[in-house]
Amino acid sequence: MTLDWPFLLPLIFAGLMGLSILIYVILDGFDLGIGILFAMADEQEKDTMIAAIGPFWDANETWLVLSVGLLLVAFPIAHGVILTALYLPVFALLVGLILRGVAFDFRAKVPVHRKHRWDFLFFAGSLTASLAQGYMLGVYVLGLDTGFAAFGFGVLVALCLAASYAAMGAAWLIYKTEGDLQRKAVRFLRSALVFTAVGMVAVSLATPFASPRIFEKWFTWPDMALLSPLPVITGVAFLGLWLLTFRLPAKGDRHALTPFLTLAAIFALGFAGLAYSFYPYVVPDRFTLWEAASATESLGIILVGTAFVLPVMIGASFYVYSVFSGKAGDLRYD
Amino acid sequence: MDALILSRLQFAANISFHILFPTITIALGWVLLFFKLRYNATGDTAWMRAYFFWVKVFALSFALGVVSGITMSFQFGTNWPGFMETVGNIAGPLLAYEVLTAFFLEAVFVGIMLFGFRRVSNRIHTLATFLVAFGTTLSAFWILALNSWMQTPAGFEMRDGVAYALDWWAIVFNPSFPYRLVHMLLASGLTVAFLIAGMSSLRYLKGDRSESMWKALRTGVFLGAGLIPLQILAGDMHGLNTLEHQPQKIAAMEANWETRGNVPLVLFAWPDEEARENRFEIAIPNGASLILKHSLDGVVPGLNDYVGEHPPVAPVFWGFRIMVGVGMAMLALSWVTSFFLIRRAQMPKLLAYAYAPMAFSGWVATLAGWYTTEIGRQPWLVTGVLRTEDAVGPVAASHVGFTLAVYVVLYVVLMIVYLSVLTYLALKAAEDGDQSPLPGVEDRALAQPMAGE
Ligand code: HDD
Ligand code: HEM
Ligand code: HEM
Repeated sequence: MTLDWPFLLPLIFAGLMGLSILIYVILDGFDLGIGILFAMADEQEKDTMIAAIGPFWDANETWLVLSVGLLLVAFPIAHGVILTALYLPVFALLVGLILRGVAFDFRAKVPVHRKHRWDFLFFAGSLTASLAQGYMLGVYVLGLDTGFAAFGFGVLVALCLAASYAAMGAAWLIYKTEGDLQRKAVRFLRSALVFTAVGMVAVSLATPFASPRIFEKWFTWPDMALLSPLPVITGVAFLGLWLLTFRLPAKGDRHALTPFLTLAAIFALGFAGLAYSFYPYVVPDRFTLWEAASATESLGIILVGTAFVLPVMIGASFYVYSVFSGKAGDLRYD
Repeated sequence: MDALILSRLQFAANISFHILFPTITIALGWVLLFFKLRYNATGDTAWMRAYFFWVKVFALSFALGVVSGITMSFQFGTNWPGFMETVGNIAGPLLAYEVLTAFFLEAVFVGIMLFGFRRVSNRIHTLATFLVAFGTTLSAFWILALNSWMQTPAGFEMRDGVAYALDWWAIVFNPSFPYRLVHMLLASGLTVAFLIAGMSSLRYLKGDRSESMWKALRTGVFLGAGLIPLQILAGDMHGLNTLEHQPQKIAAMEANWETRGNVPLVLFAWPDEEARENRFEIAIPNGASLILKHSLDGVVPGLNDYVGEHPPVAPVFWGFRIMVGVGMAMLALSWVTSFFLIRRAQMPKLLAYAYAPMAFSGWVATLAGWYTTEIGRQPWLVTGVLRTEDAVGPVAASHVGFTLAVYVVLYVVLMIVYLSVLTYLALKAAEDGDQSPLPGVEDRALAQPMAGE
């Protein structure tokens, strides 16, 4: 193995793609989650919940476009194989995203008596999109298997991912709201955390057993010792967050952002575990990064742009989040 | 039906639905910036009322554009894996630059543009409006570069059946790109001009005589009147460019079967591909030779030179005629109305009745134009490089058919809702007139320029 561009570029792009997926899951996770929690909110609360995500959801979803885009441009063969294998769940995801995206806008503009219809679609779309993503993750983990077991496992992961998005949504509401809604969000968070934990354990157990190669990676000495901090830290974070929910909302609204950041960290750790398991494959046990990559010159061209644009865009996103920081009021076009 | 036909139908349904909304957002962003700058310069709140009305239309169109666009970015993988496998080295970077430069710019700043008016200074808000408009235009730049490259590929070489880039400048600025970019941006401007004038006419007919209605109406009418001659000129040049690079497409557009001089301009006909002739033809003698070669006996290529290699004739022929027909109607209506607005300072009811149904004429012409362009490229996906039939994926026809059906139902419903919400907004605005609540006038951001007067 020599450290030249044909070797490095696919690696860099895999890293960028992973980063982009992670950012997407965290950011769109909270706004999809808020959509799921819609089912349990009253009229007034719904408006506040929408206001808590209004200015951000579009930018959040752009990370999905970037993730798919990077898969498409950097690993075109993998893109084709994965998306044709996941044809129907991808379709469910897209329909879900379409419904919630338009419901978000229509609910504010249709005559008042039609509003609840769009509120329902906002919920249904968010739930569908979250379930579809979970299902895709489950099937991907099992190597794009199509059997009955894969289906069952996909359903399990789908439910758990939806729950963990709901947890993210609740954590975001704790940060962005106050009063009754905030207290409600704490209760939501506590129940959603249970499912999130179940889901992470299920995926962690299934991954090594789905593939002997991955089993080997995890359970050989000394790798096992080096990797052990990953599950341990995750467990501690879960426990800490669980205990914290009994003390929220705290005086002076302290720790309001802590649940969200903790969950983000948990997602990141879980993601790192997955990345470690699958490396060096983009399509599990079928195509490695290098087998699926585009021509080196094309990747180089994209990298130049990425290096300039991505930092600027991340900075701009921080700016937008800071403009709309503080508790959510009502959302108005002014 | 097989997976190929269904995949093509699905792709066509999705992109047709998608393009409707960018066509609005690209130019509406700039018009909103114009309203905002007029307000900044004059302090006249009518401009701001116009802004707040149209920013809602923008938000709706933008949301639909984004969600249907996300669908598009998956379509390449789900329906056309062969496309990326063959020309991914060229399409990839172009798509990547679109996401990186354009989508992020729009997506990040649209939040401030739509909801940030009270949160940031007036100057930052104007800047955000500019950046969103700029982002949508940039997005058109990249995607049209790719689409034009598929029409007239350049700057690459084939190795083992895969395209490799040689010269990025030649790839982006391929022969048909400048024409297509200009023509599409003008199409967007015209669509918005007629949308604004059409919806303002509806308000006018409902008795709305508010200052903000007049301001929007005039903007729409004059913008349309100004752009349509440019569009006709650009379209003519675009056609000449196509004649050079895709002669079989021009032959189909003109329904001309034999290569010869003194070719008539066919106004109406039923092109019959079985018999390879036109039925019920009505034509202007020497017209096509004159338009395409600028001389009465200019030689125009004919379809019989490309048997088996030319696109289906009827849709291309009719798509082109619908587009040009709408263009001519736009020219007549916007010029007559401009005359009345300038000379007589009034809007005759009759013209308002004509304008209201033209609100979406831009959509008709744009779709017709794209159908001409895209069907005219068949049987190729990338001219001379990749055939459409070779790019289709291994997905079962039943899956494609099922998802296609759901997409179509979804799109029809969304279209009905979109149109009825726009109508509802216009009728409500007509009722409120200049009494419509003007959010945030007492606010610092808005008070600034007024205090400065
Ligand atoms: C001439 C203009 C044009 C054309 C031909 C296309 N698009 Fe588009 N697209 C836009 C102009 C645009 C835009 C103006 O930039 C949009 C509309 C609303 C918006 O937010 O951006 C957009 C949105 C948009 C989005 C969502 C971006 C976001 O998250 O903000 C995606 C993923 C795509 N498009 C992808 C595509 C693909 C894969 C196309 C071709 C097959 C395509 N578009 C054709
Ligand atoms: C924006 C307006 C567009 C419209 C309305 C449009 C419409 C269409 C239609 C109707 C077809 C089907 C032609 C046929 O099969 O007979 C088609 C084909 C195709 N177009 Fe476009 N197109 C547009 C833009 C684009 C762009 C920007 C791209 C890519 C960058 C693109 C890529 C394709 C591809 C890959 C096909 C082949 C699949 C097929 O034949 O259906 N199109 N398009
Ligand atoms: C009236 C005179 C017009 C002429 C002579 C004209 C000419 C053309 C030609 C020759 C093409 C096909 C280019 C190709 O693929 O090779 C085209 C495409 C197109 N036209 Fe027009 N056009 C006219 C008016 C309009 C109007 C009024 C609109 C919309 C408001 C419009 C929108 C489009 C679009 C969106 C396309 C597809 C994109 C492209 O290839 O540029 N055109 N036009």
